Amino acid sequence: MRIGAVAAVAALALAACGDSGSQSPGGGGTAGGSGMQVPDLKPLDKLGEPEGQVSVLAWPGYVEDGSNDPKVDWVSDFEKSSGCQVTVKTFGTSDEAVQLFRTGQYDTVSASGDATLRLIAAGDVEPVNTSLIPNYADIFEALKMQPWNSVNDVPYGIPHGRGANLLMYRTDMVKPAPDSWAAVFDKGSEQKGKVTAYDSPIYIADAALYLMATKPDLGIKDPYALDSKQLAAAVDLLKAQKENIGEYWSDYLKEIQAFKSGSSTVGTTWQVIANVAQGEKAPVEVVLPKEGSTGWSDTWMVGAKSKVKTCAYKFIDHIVSPKANAAVAEYFGEAPANKKSCAETTDPKHCDTFHAEDEEYFSQVHYWNTPISACLDGRADVKCTDYAEWTKAWTEIRNS
Amino acid sequence: MRSNKALAGLLAPPLLWLVVAYLGALFAIFATAFFTTDPFTNQVVRTFTLENFRALLDPTYLRIIGRTLLIAATVTVLCIVIAVPFAFFMARVAPARIRGLLVAAVLVPLWASYLVKAYAWRTMVQPGGVLESAFGSTPGYGLAAVVLTLTYLWLPYMILPVYAGFERLPVSHLEASADLGGRGLTTFRRVILPSVLPSIAAGTIFTFSLSLGDYIAVQIVGGKLQVLGTAVLQNITLDLPFAAALGTTSVVIMVLYLLAVRRTGALDNL
Repeated sequence: MRIGAVAAVAALALAACGDSGSQSPGGGGTAGGSGMQVPDLKPLDKLGEPEGQVSVLAWPGYVEDGSNDPKVDWVSDFEKSSGCQVTVKTFGTSDEAVQLFRTGQYDTVSASGDATLRLIAAGDVEPVNTSLIPNYADIFEALKMQPWNSVNDVPYGIPHGRGANLLMYRTDMVKPAPDSWAAVFDKGSEQKGKVTAYDSPIYIADAALYLMATKPDLGIKDPYALDSKQLAAAVDLLKAQKENIGEYWSDYLKEIQAFKSGSSTVGTTWQVIANVAQGEKAPVEVVLPKEGSTGWSDTWMVGAKSKVKTCAYKFIDHIVSPKANAAVAEYFGEAPANKKSCAETTDPKHCDTFHAEDEEYFSQVHYWNTPISACLDGRADVKCTDYAEWTKAWTEIRNS
Repeated sequence: MRSNKALAGLLAPPLLWLVVAYLGALFAIFATAFFTTDPFTNQVVRTFTLENFRALLDPTYLRIIGRTLLIAATVTVLCIVIAVPFAFFMARVAPARIRGLLVAAVLVPLWASYLVKAYAWRTMVQPGGVLESAFGSTPGYGLAAVVLTLTYLWLPYMILPVYAGFERLPVSHLEASADLGGRGLTTFRRVILPSVLPSIAAGTIFTFSLSLGDYIAVQIVGGKLQVLGTAVLQNITLDLPFAAALGTTSVVIMVLYLLAVRRTGALDNL
């Protein structure tokens, strides 16, 4: 009886520590952009009958069916016309997306560039047959067959849209208005205890980007290609930043609340967060700092183990269709992937504002990418730090 | 013979549940802690290594473990300090009529969702929140806010067993102590305390274990504070085996704690 009680209480303590998750055995391929070893999977060759449902894993704000805001809905009509009931689960970081998608409960995912290759290499997603996605024809050519959505000339997903991470600040508490990431790094002490940062190893790239502009002698060319010396410099910067951090965020609702209450006053954000916060009357503004920014170019991918692939394809075709893609782009605050979306936005200037066709602008935006040991900036004389090292470094920063 | 079968039928489902769901999960976590991950895909690779346990000895993680123990111990002590006088009042001083009301008052907060209560504390400790407007200052998000919130959340789990302990205490013992010349303090020290000590110890099992494993309240009011639970959470997505090794430490701490508490006889009071 006593042993039972001991075990029960121990299990109680453990249950509070999170579940063990279900993981498939290892054996993923090795990393390396093109020429990468990937599991031999075949794309769907033709659509069948809609299976009646599809389970979607998406960034918050990408798949809105009116349940958050009755006016924000680009999914309900699709559900009626296609016969595919959509269920959505949102995630806060790419790491969370990868982990959730591996549970096998989801059929399609909106993956950023720092998640796509991991999913491809592990066989979690399969190549897509772009001929089954009629709207693929209208996607900007510059987004197709990129290193983060294709491997060895095989497409693994449909481009969704792209954008830049922005600097958000409280207009009543941060004066003068910042125009540089220095507001959260070198000048962070001006808002001591009220600076916020994104809680993921990928945030190291934001520090690297700032160093790229402020410490040119470090020689950083690409914030995702850091040798060990450059990584150490970024880690030092982030450790110094931590002194001024009040909270880290990965849950966007928490960031909105923190900015509304003023417990956070300056930090990295997404346009959608600023839109919601402004909608709730928080005095916040966003700016694309002069150093440029990290950002994302997202891809809809199909789960290799999905049993409802027809609905998954139909859903993807819908979400990149001109109208839905325009609605997402406006709501989330990003550049749409579909050329025809630019004519469908309620703000006729949306595509100009978000530089949808401005490749030169996007050359300043460093899309989230997975750091690997072969330097992404082409340097061959040094070994770069891979994501595992970034993870270790981030854990060290967070726990220091 | 028939009653034996009936008994077996009655016990089999809960036993199966205990073994498979509880012990099985514990074993799975312990086993996972010896694996490693693929550096690129973050998938678990099933090769035996002790590296995860070695990494726990890193000063960073020893600090996290120490910090978590400190929080759990502080919360437990605060709960005892508040619960003992309160439970004594409930069981011994308050008229029977009010007693039921007091028990209800202790139980009612348990009906509210944990998240609601944690978020309530988040708004109370935020700048310009209730604490600041009422007392002129607020600890802000961090260690103090976590201790406050957890003490609030787990207090009923301490009050209830201690209250039961006081109730079980026969009046005749107190009278005997008084007859033998024991004054209030002596009676409390030599009669009351020894007999409710097991109840207090039983309460600490709840407050200590719940604080040790908590990560949600810490995320809500802890600011950038990192404890065992949040460290596990952070590693779950990136390095599951190491998260398992971290999780194992809290199990080990709890087992040691329970073995210590067992000597007080508190486990009979659960």
